[in-house]
Amino acid sequence: MSQKVFMAFQDNDNARYLVEAIVKDNPEAEVQHSPAMIRITAEKRLVINRETMEETLGRDWEVQEMLLEVISIGGNVDEDDDHFIVSWN
Amino acid sequence: MSVEIKTTSVEPIRNTYSAIARRFGDKPATRYQEASFDLAATTNFHYRPLWDPKRTLNDPTRTALRMEDWYAVTDPRQFFYGAYVGNRAKMQEAAESSFAFCDKRNLLTRLPEETQKQLLRLLVPFRHVALGANMNNSKIAGDSTATTVSQMHMFAATDHLGMGQYLSRIALLLDGSTGTALDESKTYWMDDELWQPLRKLVEGILVVDDWFEITLVQNVLLDGLMYPLVYDRMDAWFGEQGAEDISMLTEFQRDWYKESLRWTNAMIKTVVAESDSNREQVQSWVKNWEPMVYEALKPVAQATTGLDALDELRAELSARLKKSGLESTGVQA
Repeated sequence: MSQKVFMAFQDNDNARYLVEAIVKDNPEAEVQHSPAMIRITAEKRLVINRETMEETLGRDWEVQEMLLEVISIGGNVDEDDDHFIVSWN
Repeated sequence: MSVEIKTTSVEPIRNTYSAIARRFGDKPATRYQEASFDLAATTNFHYRPLWDPKRTLNDPTRTALRMEDWYAVTDPRQFFYGAYVGNRAKMQEAAESSFAFCDKRNLLTRLPEETQKQLLRLLVPFRHVALGANMNNSKIAGDSTATTVSQMHMFAATDHLGMGQYLSRIALLLDGSTGTALDESKTYWMDDELWQPLRKLVEGILVVDDWFEITLVQNVLLDGLMYPLVYDRMDAWFGEQGAEDISMLTEFQRDWYKESLRWTNAMIKTVVAESDSNREQVQSWVKNWEPMVYEALKPVAQATTGLDALDELRAELSARLKKSGLESTGVQA
Protein backbone atom coordinates (compact mmCIF):
# COMPACT_ATOMS: atom_id res chain seq x y z
CA MET A 1 0.00 0.00 0.00
CA SER A 2 1.25 3.41 -0.89
CA GLN A 3 2.44 5.55 1.96
CA LYS A 4 2.22 8.75 -0.02
CA VAL A 5 0.06 11.65 1.11
CA PHE A 6 -1.48 13.96 -1.45
CA MET A 7 -3.53 17.09 -1.90
CA ALA A 8 -5.29 17.97 -5.13
CA PHE A 9 -6.37 21.51 -5.91
CA GLN A 10 -8.29 23.17 -8.68
CA ASP A 11 -5.92 24.93 -11.03
CA ASN A 12 -6.95 28.52 -10.45
CA ASP A 13 -5.23 31.74 -9.52
CA ASN A 14 -5.49 31.26 -5.75
CA ALA A 15 -4.37 27.67 -5.84
CA ARG A 16 -1.19 28.63 -7.69
CA TYR A 17 -0.09 30.72 -4.71
CA LEU A 18 -1.01 27.83 -2.46
CA VAL A 19 1.10 25.42 -4.51
CA GLU A 20 3.99 27.87 -4.46
CA ALA A 21 3.77 28.11 -0.66
CA ILE A 22 3.54 24.34 -0.25
CA VAL A 23 6.61 23.81 -2.44
CA LYS A 24 8.53 26.32 -0.30
CA ASP A 25 7.64 24.45 2.89
CA ASN A 26 7.91 20.94 1.43
CA PRO A 27 10.86 20.98 -0.96
CA GLU A 28 10.62 17.21 -1.50
CA ALA A 29 6.99 17.34 -2.60
CA GLU A 30 6.15 16.38 -6.16
CA VAL A 31 3.81 18.61 -8.17
CA GLN A 32 1.80 17.27 -11.08
CA HIS A 33 -0.11 19.64 -13.31
CA SER A 34 -3.15 18.11 -14.91
CA PRO A 35 -5.83 19.91 -16.87
CA ALA A 36 -7.72 22.03 -14.30
CA MET A 37 -6.05 20.21 -11.40
CA ILE A 38 -2.78 20.40 -9.52
CA ARG A 39 -1.84 17.39 -7.46
CA ILE A 40 0.89 17.47 -4.86
CA THR A 41 2.28 14.27 -3.42
CA ALA A 42 4.91 13.59 -0.80
CA GLU A 43 6.17 10.78 1.36
CA LYS A 44 4.45 10.68 4.76
CA ARG A 45 3.78 14.39 5.29
CA LEU A 46 2.64 17.64 3.64
CA VAL A 47 2.30 20.91 5.48
CA ILE A 48 0.73 24.27 4.66
CA ASN A 49 1.90 27.10 6.92
CA ARG A 50 -0.22 30.20 7.28
CA GLU A 51 2.87 32.39 7.55
CA THR A 52 4.44 31.16 4.31
CA MET A 53 1.13 31.47 2.50
CA GLU A 54 0.58 35.04 3.73
CA GLU A 55 4.05 35.98 2.57
CA THR A 56 3.46 34.39 -0.84
CA LEU A 57 -0.02 35.77 -1.30
CA GLY A 58 0.69 39.23 0.10
CA ARG A 59 -2.34 39.43 2.38
CA ASP A 60 -3.82 37.99 5.54
CA TRP A 61 -4.95 34.46 4.98
CA GLU A 62 -6.87 31.93 7.02
CA VAL A 63 -5.98 28.28 6.81
CA GLN A 64 -9.60 27.36 6.11
CA GLU A 65 -9.50 29.35 2.88
CA MET A 66 -7.53 26.50 1.30
CA LEU A 67 -10.66 24.36 1.41
CA LEU A 68 -12.15 26.48 -1.38
CA GLU A 69 -9.56 25.09 -3.76
CA VAL A 70 -9.35 21.51 -2.53
CA ILE A 71 -10.54 18.67 -4.74
CA SER A 72 -9.27 15.84 -2.61
CA ILE A 73 -6.92 15.00 0.23
CA GLY A 74 -5.20 11.73 1.07
CA GLY A 75 -3.89 11.39 4.62
CA ASN A 76 -4.80 12.20 8.20
CA VAL A 77 -5.48 15.86 8.71
CA ASP A 78 -4.15 17.94 11.55
CA GLU A 79 -5.41 21.49 11.34
CA ASP A 80 -5.18 24.59 13.50
CA ASP A 81 -4.97 28.37 13.05
CA ASP A 82 -1.38 28.31 11.82
CA HIS A 83 -1.03 25.18 9.73
CA PHE A 84 -2.70 22.37 7.88
CA ILE A 85 -0.85 19.07 7.94
CA VAL A 86 -1.64 15.93 6.01
CA SER A 87 0.26 12.85 7.13
CA TRP A 88 0.14 9.08 7.57
CA ASN A 89 0.88 8.03 11.10
CA MET B 1 -18.79 -5.77 -24.50
CA SER B 2 -16.28 -3.99 -22.35
CA VAL B 3 -15.96 -0.26 -22.21
CA GLU B 4 -12.52 1.13 -21.85
CA ILE B 5 -12.23 4.53 -20.25
CA LYS B 6 -9.12 6.39 -21.19
CA THR B 7 -7.92 9.78 -20.08
CA THR B 8 -5.87 11.90 -22.34
CA SER B 9 -4.23 15.06 -21.16
CA VAL B 10 -3.10 17.89 -23.35
CA GLU B 11 0.04 19.75 -22.44
CA PRO B 12 -0.34 23.47 -22.97
CA ILE B 13 2.08 24.77 -25.60
CA ARG B 14 3.02 27.68 -23.40
CA ASN B 15 2.29 28.43 -19.75
CA THR B 16 2.39 32.20 -19.93
CA TYR B 17 3.42 35.16 -22.09
CA SER B 18 6.92 35.02 -23.54
CA ALA B 19 8.03 38.16 -21.68
CA ILE B 20 6.95 36.66 -18.36
CA ALA B 21 8.52 33.30 -19.23
CA ARG B 22 11.85 35.01 -19.99
CA ARG B 23 11.82 36.57 -16.54
CA PHE B 24 10.37 33.82 -14.36
CA GLY B 25 10.79 30.67 -16.44
CA ASP B 26 8.16 28.83 -18.44
CA LYS B 27 5.71 27.88 -15.72
CA PRO B 28 2.20 28.99 -14.82
CA ALA B 29 2.48 32.63 -13.76
CA THR B 30 0.38 34.59 -11.31
CA ARG B 31 -2.00 37.27 -12.52
CA TYR B 32 0.12 39.82 -10.72
CA GLN B 33 3.18 38.79 -12.69
CA GLU B 34 1.34 38.79 -15.99
CA ALA B 35 -0.26 42.17 -15.33
CA SER B 36 2.85 43.92 -14.00
CA PHE B 37 6.19 42.88 -15.42
CA ASP B 38 7.97 44.17 -18.52
CA LEU B 39 4.93 45.99 -19.82
CA ALA B 40 6.22 49.55 -20.27
CA ALA B 41 8.15 50.14 -23.48
CA THR B 42 11.89 50.58 -23.02
CA THR B 43 13.19 51.08 -26.54
CA ASN B 44 12.49 52.46 -30.04
CA PHE B 45 11.19 55.86 -28.99
CA HIS B 46 11.10 57.80 -32.24
CA TYR B 47 10.20 61.19 -30.90
CA ARG B 48 11.04 63.02 -27.75
CA PRO B 49 8.10 64.32 -25.73
CA LEU B 50 7.35 68.03 -26.18
CA TRP B 51 6.97 68.40 -22.42
CA ASP B 52 10.52 67.18 -21.76
CA PRO B 53 12.61 67.29 -24.95
CA LYS B 54 15.87 66.52 -23.13
CA ARG B 55 14.76 63.02 -22.36
CA THR B 56 13.00 60.18 -24.16
CA LEU B 57 9.65 58.74 -23.17
CA ASN B 58 10.02 56.32 -20.23
CA ASP B 59 13.48 57.68 -19.58
CA PRO B 60 15.03 56.12 -16.45
CA THR B 61 16.96 59.34 -15.77
CA ARG B 62 13.84 61.10 -14.44
CA THR B 63 15.16 60.18 -11.01
CA ALA B 64 18.68 60.51 -9.65
CA LEU B 65 18.55 56.94 -8.39
CA ARG B 66 19.85 54.08 -10.50
CA MET B 67 18.50 50.58 -10.46
CA GLU B 68 19.84 47.70 -12.50
CA ASP B 69 16.21 46.72 -12.91
CA TRP B 70 13.35 48.83 -11.56
CA TYR B 71 11.12 45.77 -11.68
CA ALA B 72 13.00 44.64 -8.56
CA VAL B 73 10.62 47.00 -6.75
CA THR B 74 7.44 44.97 -6.43
CA ASP B 75 4.20 45.20 -4.53
CA PRO B 76 4.06 42.84 -1.53
CA ARG B 77 0.26 43.08 -1.72
CA GLN B 78 0.49 41.88 -5.34
CA PHE B 79 -2.10 44.40 -6.46
CA PHE B 80 -2.86 44.59 -10.14
CA TYR B 81 -5.97 46.33 -11.39
CA GLY B 82 -8.42 43.51 -10.68
CA ALA B 83 -7.09 42.64 -7.23
CA TYR B 84 -6.83 46.30 -6.26
CA VAL B 85 -10.35 47.20 -7.33
CA GLY B 86 -11.83 44.14 -5.62
CA ASN B 87 -10.04 44.95 -2.39
CA ARG B 88 -11.00 48.63 -2.37
CA ALA B 89 -14.62 47.87 -3.25
CA LYS B 90 -14.83 45.85 -0.05
CA MET B 91 -13.29 48.64 2.01
CA GLN B 92 -15.55 51.20 0.39
CA GLU B 93 -18.65 49.17 1.14
CA ALA B 94 -17.81 49.23 4.85
CA ALA B 95 -17.12 52.98 4.74
CA GLU B 96 -20.35 53.69 2.87
CA SER B 97 -22.42 51.88 5.46
CA SER B 98 -20.76 53.93 8.24
CA PHE B 99 -21.55 57.17 6.42
CA ALA B 100 -25.13 56.06 5.81
CA PHE B 101 -25.50 55.20 9.50
CA CYS B 102 -24.13 58.56 10.65
CA ASP B 103 -26.37 60.36 8.21
CA LYS B 104 -29.49 58.47 9.28
CA ARG B 105 -28.91 59.04 12.99
CA ASN B 106 -27.62 62.61 12.61
CA LEU B 107 -24.57 61.64 14.62
CA LEU B 108 -22.56 64.65 13.45
CA THR B 109 -25.17 67.39 13.41
CA ARG B 110 -26.13 66.75 17.02
CA LEU B 111 -22.56 67.48 18.16
CA PRO B 112 -22.10 70.81 19.94
CA GLU B 113 -21.52 73.76 17.59
CA GLU B 114 -18.00 74.18 18.95
CA THR B 115 -17.03 70.57 18.18
CA GLN B 116 -18.45 70.84 14.68
CA LYS B 117 -16.30 73.88 14.13
CA GLN B 118 -13.25 71.99 15.37
CA LEU B 119 -13.92 69.25 12.85
CA LEU B 120 -14.08 71.82 10.05
CA ARG B 121 -10.98 73.61 11.22
CA LEU B 122 -8.77 70.69 12.24
CA LEU B 123 -9.83 67.64 10.27
CA VAL B 124 -11.56 68.50 7.01
CA PRO B 125 -8.71 70.71 5.62
CA PHE B 126 -6.61 67.53 5.31
CA ARG B 127 -8.61 66.92 2.14
CA HIS B 128 -6.39 69.50 0.46
CA VAL B 129 -3.34 67.50 1.51
CA ALA B 130 -5.01 64.43 0.02
CA LEU B 131 -5.46 66.20 -3.30
CA GLY B 132 -1.77 67.13 -3.29
CA ALA B 133 -0.95 63.48 -2.61
CA ASN B 134 -3.18 62.50 -5.51
CA MET B 135 -1.38 64.80 -7.92
CA ASN B 136 2.07 63.78 -6.70
CA ASN B 137 1.37 60.09 -7.01
CA SER B 138 -0.11 60.63 -10.48
CA LYS B 139 3.08 62.36 -11.57
CA ILE B 140 5.15 59.47 -10.24
CA ALA B 141 2.95 57.01 -12.11
CA GLY B 142 3.71 58.97 -15.25
CA ASP B 143 7.46 59.34 -14.72
CA SER B 144 8.51 56.01 -13.25
CA THR B 145 9.62 53.46 -15.79
CA ALA B 146 8.64 50.05 -14.40
CA THR B 147 4.97 49.06 -14.36
CA THR B 148 5.34 47.46 -10.92
CA VAL B 149 6.30 50.90 -9.59
CA SER B 150 3.92 53.05 -11.58
CA GLN B 151 0.85 50.94 -10.80
CA MET B 152 1.49 51.11 -7.04
CA HIS B 153 1.63 54.89 -7.29
CA MET B 154 -1.45 55.13 -9.48
CA PHE B 155 -3.34 53.06 -6.93
CA ALA B 156 -2.04 55.35 -4.17
CA ALA B 157 -3.17 58.37 -6.20
CA THR B 158 -6.75 57.12 -6.46
CA ASP B 159 -6.71 56.07 -2.80
CA HIS B 160 -5.81 59.61 -1.79
CA LEU B 161 -8.51 61.05 -4.01
CA GLY B 162 -11.04 58.77 -2.35
CA MET B 163 -9.83 59.62 1.15
CA GLY B 164 -10.03 63.33 0.32
CA GLN B 165 -13.62 62.76 -0.74
CA TYR B 166 -14.42 61.01 2.52
CA LEU B 167 -13.19 64.09 4.40
CA SER B 168 -15.31 66.31 2.15
CA ARG B 169 -18.31 64.18 2.92
CA ILE B 170 -17.80 64.75 6.65
CA ALA B 171 -18.20 68.47 5.90
CA LEU B 172 -21.26 67.74 3.76
CA LEU B 173 -22.82 65.77 6.62
CA LEU B 174 -22.31 68.81 8.84
CA ASP B 175 -23.82 71.38 6.48
CA GLY B 176 -26.64 69.28 5.08
CA SER B 177 -24.94 68.99 1.66
CA THR B 178 -25.10 72.71 0.95
CA GLY B 179 -21.33 73.08 0.62
CA THR B 180 -21.03 75.98 3.08
CA ALA B 181 -18.96 73.86 5.48
CA LEU B 182 -16.58 73.00 2.65
CA ASP B 183 -16.12 76.70 1.89
CA GLU B 184 -15.55 77.41 5.55
CA SER B 185 -12.95 74.68 5.91
CA LYS B 186 -11.19 75.88 2.78
CA THR B 187 -10.79 79.37 4.25
CA TYR B 188 -9.00 77.76 7.21
CA TRP B 189 -6.65 76.02 4.78
CA MET B 190 -6.04 79.24 2.86
CA ASP B 191 -5.95 81.83 5.66
CA ASP B 192 -5.58 80.25 9.09
CA GLU B 193 -1.99 80.56 10.37
CA LEU B 194 -2.24 77.01 11.66
CA TRP B 195 -2.32 75.53 8.18
CA GLN B 196 0.18 77.71 6.32
CA PRO B 197 3.32 75.63 7.03
CA LEU B 198 1.60 72.45 5.86
CA ARG B 199 0.14 74.21 2.84
CA LYS B 200 3.59 75.48 1.95
CA LEU B 201 5.00 71.96 2.27
CA VAL B 202 2.27 70.43 0.08
CA GLU B 203 2.78 73.08 -2.58
CA GLY B 204 6.53 72.62 -2.29
CA ILE B 205 6.29 68.89 -3.02
CA LEU B 206 4.11 69.59 -6.06
CA VAL B 207 7.02 71.27 -7.85
CA VAL B 208 9.71 68.68 -7.04
CA ASP B 209 10.93 67.10 -10.24
CA ASP B 210 12.64 63.86 -9.22
CA TRP B 211 9.90 61.25 -8.91
CA PHE B 212 11.62 59.14 -6.30
CA GLU B 213 12.19 62.20 -4.16
CA ILE B 214 8.44 62.85 -4.39
CA THR B 215 7.47 59.34 -3.39
CA LEU B 216 9.92 59.44 -0.48
CA VAL B 217 8.61 62.76 0.83
CA GLN B 218 4.94 62.17 0.07
CA ASN B 219 4.41 58.50 0.76
CA VAL B 220 7.02 57.81 3.41
CA LEU B 221 7.84 60.99 5.32
CA LEU B 222 4.62 63.02 5.11
CA ASP B 223 2.14 60.12 5.22
CA GLY B 224 4.37 58.40 7.79
CA LEU B 225 3.93 61.26 10.25
CA MET B 226 0.56 62.62 9.18
CA TYR B 227 -1.58 59.49 9.06
CA PRO B 228 -0.73 58.23 12.54
CA LEU B 229 -1.03 61.79 13.87
CA VAL B 230 -4.40 62.58 12.33
CA TYR B 231 -6.13 59.22 12.30
CA ASP B 232 -4.69 57.76 15.47
CA ARG B 233 -3.65 60.48 17.92
CA MET B 234 -6.02 63.24 16.79
CA ASP B 235 -8.78 60.68 16.46
CA ALA B 236 -8.38 59.91 20.16
CA TRP B 237 -8.29 63.64 20.88
CA PHE B 238 -11.53 64.23 18.99
CA GLY B 239 -12.99 61.42 21.07
CA GLU B 240 -12.09 63.33 24.22
CA GLN B 241 -13.88 66.36 22.77
CA GLY B 242 -17.04 64.27 22.48
CA ALA B 243 -16.74 63.51 18.78
CA GLU B 244 -16.10 59.75 19.08
CA ASP B 245 -18.46 59.10 16.20
CA ILE B 246 -16.00 60.63 13.76
CA SER B 247 -13.86 57.49 14.13
CA MET B 248 -16.47 55.57 12.17
CA LEU B 249 -15.96 57.88 9.22
CA THR B 250 -12.17 57.68 9.17
CA GLU B 251 -11.78 53.93 9.57
CA PHE B 252 -10.93 53.65 5.87
CA GLN B 253 -7.87 55.84 6.35
CA ARG B 254 -6.59 53.76 9.26
CA ASP B 255 -6.97 50.51 7.33
CA TRP B 256 -5.42 52.10 4.28
CA TYR B 257 -2.40 53.44 6.12
CA LYS B 258 -1.64 50.11 7.75
CA GLU B 259 -1.77 48.45 4.37
CA SER B 260 0.26 51.14 2.57
CA LEU B 261 3.17 50.67 4.99
CA ARG B 262 3.84 47.32 3.38
CA TRP B 263 4.60 48.59 -0.10
CA THR B 264 6.38 51.79 0.94
CA ASN B 265 8.69 49.86 3.30
CA ALA B 266 9.43 47.23 0.67
CA MET B 267 10.14 49.89 -1.97
CA ILE B 268 12.54 51.92 0.17
CA LYS B 269 14.32 48.81 1.35
CA THR B 270 14.89 47.50 -2.18
CA VAL B 271 16.05 50.80 -3.61
CA VAL B 272 18.38 51.66 -0.73
CA ALA B 273 19.91 48.18 -0.72
CA GLU B 274 20.73 48.39 -4.45
CA SER B 275 23.83 50.58 -4.14
CA ASP B 276 25.69 52.97 -1.87
CA SER B 277 25.02 55.88 -4.19
CA ASN B 278 21.27 55.23 -3.94
CA ARG B 279 21.49 55.06 -0.18
CA GLU B 280 23.41 58.32 0.03
CA GLN B 281 20.98 60.08 -2.28
CA VAL B 282 17.91 58.86 -0.39
CA GLN B 283 19.63 59.71 2.89
CA SER B 284 20.28 63.28 1.77
CA TRP B 285 16.61 63.68 0.79
CA VAL B 286 15.54 62.33 4.19
CA LYS B 287 17.91 64.74 5.89
CA ASN B 288 16.52 67.64 3.91
CA TRP B 289 12.80 66.90 4.10
CA GLU B 290 12.16 65.12 7.39
CA PRO B 291 12.59 68.27 9.55
CA MET B 292 10.42 70.25 7.12
CA VAL B 293 7.61 67.70 7.36
CA TYR B 294 7.89 67.75 11.14
CA GLU B 295 7.76 71.55 11.26
CA ALA B 296 4.77 71.62 8.91
CA LEU B 297 2.72 69.33 11.15
CA LYS B 298 3.77 71.03 14.37
CA PRO B 299 1.03 73.71 14.58
CA VAL B 300 -1.72 71.15 13.98
CA ALA B 301 -0.28 68.87 16.66
CA GLN B 302 0.08 71.78 19.08
CA ALA B 303 -3.55 72.80 18.55
CA THR B 304 -4.81 69.28 19.22
CA THR B 305 -2.85 66.40 20.73
CA GLY B 306 0.14 68.38 21.94
CA LEU B 307 3.64 68.16 20.59
CA ASP B 308 4.55 65.02 22.55
CA ALA B 309 2.38 62.89 20.30
CA LEU B 310 4.14 64.19 17.19
CA ASP B 311 7.56 63.64 18.76
CA GLU B 312 6.65 60.05 19.54
CA LEU B 313 5.54 59.49 15.98
CA ARG B 314 8.73 61.09 14.74
CA ALA B 315 10.73 58.57 16.76
CA GLU B 316 8.60 55.77 15.30
CA LEU B 317 9.29 57.02 11.79
CA SER B 318 12.98 57.15 12.58
CA ALA B 319 12.90 53.52 13.77
CA ARG B 320 11.06 52.56 10.59
CA LEU B 321 13.62 54.27 8.36
CA LYS B 322 16.44 52.66 10.28
CA LYS B 323 15.24 49.24 9.20
CA SER B 324 16.09 50.25 5.64
CA GLY B 325 19.47 51.63 6.71
CA LEU B 326 18.45 55.30 6.77
CA GLU B 327 19.01 57.81 9.52
CA SER B 328 16.61 60.62 10.25
CA THR B 329 17.89 63.60 12.14
CA GLY B 330 16.44 65.56 15.00
CA VAL B 331 14.93 62.77 17.04
CA GLN B 332 15.45 62.70 20.75
CA ALA B 333 16.63 59.27 21.86
